[in-house]
Amino acid sequence: MEKQAEQGNGRPVIEIIEMHKWFDDFHVLKDINLRVQPQERIVVCGPSGSGKSTMIRCINRLEEHQRGKIIVNGTELTRDLKNIEIVRAEVGMVFQHFNLFPHLTILENLTLGPIWVRKTPKKEAEELAMHYLEIVHIPEQANKYPGQVSGGQQQRVAIARSLCMRPKIMLFDEPTSALDPEMIKEVLDVMVDLAKEGMTMIVVTHEMGFAKTVADRVIFMDFGEIVEENEPNAFFDNPQHERTQLFLSQIL
Amino acid sequence: MTTSQPQTEAVKPPLTNVGVLGWIRNNLFNGYFNSLATILIVLALWQLVPDFIQWAFIDSVWFTSGKECHQAQGACWSVVTQNIRFNIFGYYPYEEQWRPLLAMIILVGMLFYSRDWKRWSRRLGYLWLAALFVMGVLMKGGLFGLMPVESTKWSGLPLTLLLSFFGILASYPLGVVLALGRQSSLPIIKAFCVVYIELIRGVPLITLLFMSSVMFPLFLPEGVTIDKVLRAQMAIILFTAAYIAEVVRGGLQALNTGQYEAAESLGLTYWQKMRLIILPQALKIVIPPTVGVLISAFKDTSLVVIIALYDILNTTKSILNVPEWTGFSTEAYIFVALIYFFCCYAMSTYSRTIEKQLEYTSNIK
Repeated sequence: MEKQAEQGNGRPVIEIIEMHKWFDDFHVLKDINLRVQPQERIVVCGPSGSGKSTMIRCINRLEEHQRGKIIVNGTELTRDLKNIEIVRAEVGMVFQHFNLFPHLTILENLTLGPIWVRKTPKKEAEELAMHYLEIVHIPEQANKYPGQVSGGQQQRVAIARSLCMRPKIMLFDEPTSALDPEMIKEVLDVMVDLAKEGMTMIVVTHEMGFAKTVADRVIFMDFGEIVEENEPNAFFDNPQHERTQLFLSQIL
Repeated sequence: MTTSQPQTEAVKPPLTNVGVLGWIRNNLFNGYFNSLATILIVLALWQLVPDFIQWAFIDSVWFTSGKECHQAQGACWSVVTQNIRFNIFGYYPYEEQWRPLLAMIILVGMLFYSRDWKRWSRRLGYLWLAALFVMGVLMKGGLFGLMPVESTKWSGLPLTLLLSFFGILASYPLGVVLALGRQSSLPIIKAFCVVYIELIRGVPLITLLFMSSVMFPLFLPEGVTIDKVLRAQMAIILFTAAYIAEVVRGGLQALNTGQYEAAESLGLTYWQKMRLIILPQALKIVIPPTVGVLISAFKDTSLVVIIALYDILNTTKSILNVPEWTGFSTEAYIFVALIYFFCCYAMSTYSRTIEKQLEYTSNIK
């Protein structure tokens, strides 16, 4: 909370106000309130089915909320397609299963967004792509197809693909859950670097080590509600809520 | 093997598993049932093949009149050779038949040149437009001193190729659009596409051809007529598109939702997402069934016989109605079958080539 106050001089880059969401008549998200300041790193955790993925998917409108407001970078998410496209171009998303485009080379995966959404000339887009491939340490794979590299490398490509759009915010939806254990570190390392660079990040993950080193705030969700939020040390050492205690005792 | 050391000496497989002997054993005689099947098939071929060769080649006559044919023991290929021009060109004026021949050569030549999609460019597009114009002028005439020929006189192979080429060319994109429409979140577009697809798939092509030829003109104001070939063409296009649409929809559904989400989260618009991400993958998945639909469309053009258009199957029938040539339907139909087979086989081979080229590992630098 202290940290938030420190950074609270600017306008929050994401504001979620009294947001509710239903899948048919199943109430998945209940009265979500969240303000994210620029450069803030937030880790969201909670048992499966708690609505954490759904919440971050609402931030770039992969899911539609039914009540309340979501304002991203000054643009409110409504049915207006133009607004949705503006927000999506500013918000990068990394998925559990990478979702690279298998019919395009890694380089083409990276240049697609810049060329078609940002209207960057092809040459410039390729330079940008190579720059970010270097940042994720795999420039030598540029001309391969996604199916030809390992899971960890695919996820790093996916991160680079999002970065090529030069987003203001990055969302990570369980980025390491589908990876073999020996590949988790290489992806987390890239994410830690990114955090050091000052990227605004919301990360849904079970990697508590990552949460401890990187997060400014940890949010615990259960049954579609934000149960508890705190800065990591306080969160892990002194969880307030019974459900948080139970959850932490199960995973740590 | 108790040792964990890698074996240095290569162990060869038993002799009966490799080479000709191995192949025969693995493919022809692996088990009682297959051995029995092999023997039966060989016996059947032994009985049939020599007789067929005797009939088709040794006892056959090739360039005789119908009368001599009736006395021959073997096949009467004369029914094909003596009537070849009518069979291929039908009622197109005899003196002018070089025109559809040239048009077909241009069409086949252009198709052959365009087979490699790496050659596809804007320039090739213009070339196609020019080629289509030239083919149109050749067929229809009335320009550059060419004698005008009514489209009702177009018949035989040129008609078959015309109906199939434009049928395939137009129905494929239309089918893709219908498939996208059926997946649309806009209810009116979706409803329209569903109703269209289900209605068209619910009736046989013959019904559509009948409607286009008999009923449709009744709705037109007096004095307005639309070319009969064009109406048949429309019926074929509308019919095939509905089938293509369902095949493509299968491809769209086969794609992981993650592909849609990744494309959307980059901020691509709907059309960019479809054109760059979804369709290239979905259409590739459904190449085999798509080619199936297109091949049936090609063969279905023979149904235009029902509205008195003379495609190549119908010109063949007319030849067999001439008393001199009655009774040689086997030979005549074998010839037509070969033409159909050649075209279908070309389509199917081409589709497999494309599939191979589109494999995601094909062009590593």
